[in-house]
Amino acid sequence: MDQFTLNLLFVGASFALYIGIAVWARAGSTSEFYAAGRGVHPVTNGMATAADWMSAASFISMAGLIAFTGYDNSSFLMGWTGGYVLLALLLAPYLRKFGKFTVSEFIGDRFYSKTARMVAVICLLVASITYVIGQMQGVGIAFGRFLEIDAFWGLLIGSCVVFAYAVFGGMKGVTYTQVAQYCVLITAYTIPAVFISLQLTGNPIPALGLFGEHTASGEPLLAKLDAIVTDLGFKEYTAAHGSTINMVLFTLSLMIGTAGLPHVIMRFFTVPKVSDARWSAGWTLVFIALLYLTAPAVGAMARLNISELMWPNGTDAVAVSVEQIENDPEYAWMATWQKTGLLGWEDKNGDGHIQYYNDQNADLQAKAEANGWEGNELTNFNRDILVLANPEIASLPGWVIGLVAAGGLAAALSTAAGLLLAISSAVSHDLLKGQLTPNMSEKSELLAARISMAAAIVVAVILGLNPPGFAAQTVALAFGLAAASIFPALMMGIFSTRINNVGAVAGMLAGLVVTLVYIFLHKGWFFIPDTNMFTDADPLLGPVKSTSFGAVGALVNFIVAYVVSGITKETPQEIKDLVQSVRIPRGAGTAVDGH
Amino acid sequence: MSQNDGNNAYWDANVRLILISLVVWAVVSFGFGIILRPMLSGIPVGGTDLGFWFAQQGSIIIFLILIFFYAWRMNKLDQQHGVDEE
Repeated sequence: MDQFTLNLLFVGASFALYIGIAVWARAGSTSEFYAAGRGVHPVTNGMATAADWMSAASFISMAGLIAFTGYDNSSFLMGWTGGYVLLALLLAPYLRKFGKFTVSEFIGDRFYSKTARMVAVICLLVASITYVIGQMQGVGIAFGRFLEIDAFWGLLIGSCVVFAYAVFGGMKGVTYTQVAQYCVLITAYTIPAVFISLQLTGNPIPALGLFGEHTASGEPLLAKLDAIVTDLGFKEYTAAHGSTINMVLFTLSLMIGTAGLPHVIMRFFTVPKVSDARWSAGWTLVFIALLYLTAPAVGAMARLNISELMWPNGTDAVAVSVEQIENDPEYAWMATWQKTGLLGWEDKNGDGHIQYYNDQNADLQAKAEANGWEGNELTNFNRDILVLANPEIASLPGWVIGLVAAGGLAAALSTAAGLLLAISSAVSHDLLKGQLTPNMSEKSELLAARISMAAAIVVAVILGLNPPGFAAQTVALAFGLAAASIFPALMMGIFSTRINNVGAVAGMLAGLVVTLVYIFLHKGWFFIPDTNMFTDADPLLGPVKSTSFGAVGALVNFIVAYVVSGITKETPQEIKDLVQSVRIPRGAGTAVDGH
Repeated sequence: MSQNDGNNAYWDANVRLILISLVVWAVVSFGFGIILRPMLSGIPVGGTDLGFWFAQQGSIIIFLILIFFYAWRMNKLDQQHGVDEE
């Protein structure tokens, strides 16, 4: 069976499974559509939340981000998992006790303010829509590479599948497909990693192999990797190169942002009890950790493999030849990926060999001059291909490649569905039911939820096909907004009775504005190129890059909310009672009533 | 009134538990993984040092233990203070 048929088989089978689940899990009420009837087992919810959270970025990009910078990008590992500690301790149980359907609804009720609810809705919509663009692009890339169809048809097929289970099944359909998608993506991620770890270190567990011995050289794997990358003129893999303050703030911003992302928080509305919400956060992290503990190993091992493929005997010997790249089966992946435009090489000095090195490094420049190299010849090397090309680079069997194709699609589709659900519930529940047409019956609200979901899918496909030029920058925006506006508002709403309506709105707006302005100052106003006054290489505030500013924005939010609440009218008694009731698990079942 | 006092004791115990957990959360990630890494550089772990291990593995494992520990302690606290779900 050829590779294309294998890929088609794996992707087709996984899609058939998702549609099967869609038919089985249709939503009949708003409670089922928004919160899966609050009957999801904590372990099941943990698995679904893990798939909801782990996006195309986690599956495809993260290992590459770590591979090319090493220790410095550990922030992603700690930040994207540490947020679950905040979620489990500070938000999830209380929001489950509150027992409504959307994050903005809690903010609106707790701060007895429609303005507060609308500010939250706007942050939610901006964060979720920017986030969904990336997922749609991920779907396009995976389809383009593995099924050789162009992005338009790939996105169309992908969105029809999402349509089938998200529009009809709502949260209920999404939950059970996410469970299936988690199983597909974790298998797809782990199997190649185990093979590669065995090849390089003899240890079947990648997380242990990373700190094990490189069998071929007998040295520790990471020491070997440090030696290889410095030989090519790159920075030492395990050493710290950036500013400590920026790394701390970046990690903290990712943590707070993770805990404040509405599509993740709303998954905790689906479990039956408050104690289940606590356990469920733990299970979520178990399932996420299976991938996140493996990712740094995947990154390091892929970097080692690629460097050795390009320089089989180090830079003192000859580099790989063009003839080898074109004919040797071990290098066949390079031609495959060249077609996607994510990999490219050019024999600049015409010596028939491809020299891959850091041509900005003084030592290597001297070496290049001595050997007649004329610059780095691996001219295009997109770090996103590391995970997708990993099985091919390590010469693994064809079915593993098919599995990775299905896994990448599962990661992108499951996150897209979660985001679309957050968007549609904000539109139908917060904007329509909460603001414009409060007297809407449950039946019409359910219809409105389905229509807004369908509309959101159409918008996501259009944006995925024509991604705005700033798409890559917007991840910082999504995390910045969640960290600076949503997380502090939720936390203060639970942990302080003192914060009132005016304080909360002032805090959210202050956090939002400073974060937006700081991002725009560095990335350009509204992301328009060349309108930036600073760059992340030389930021406005010492070492604080715009991607690390979310934590500062959150701090501004806390301070402003506290100060403004102190000089304005006290919170009414019934709101204090509401906060007291949210703090106590007893009576969680009854809180659902009234809907 | 007594009901209210009971709830305050429950809430204070919860906040105390959260604070302790967050100290551990911060020490393993921001501490061992980043700021204190130079101090841990003397402890070798597989070709690098303990700080690198905490940044890429250890902190995630401790986060996991923390969440389960908190859930277990809180469920016991709920029962002790009579605020658990029937």
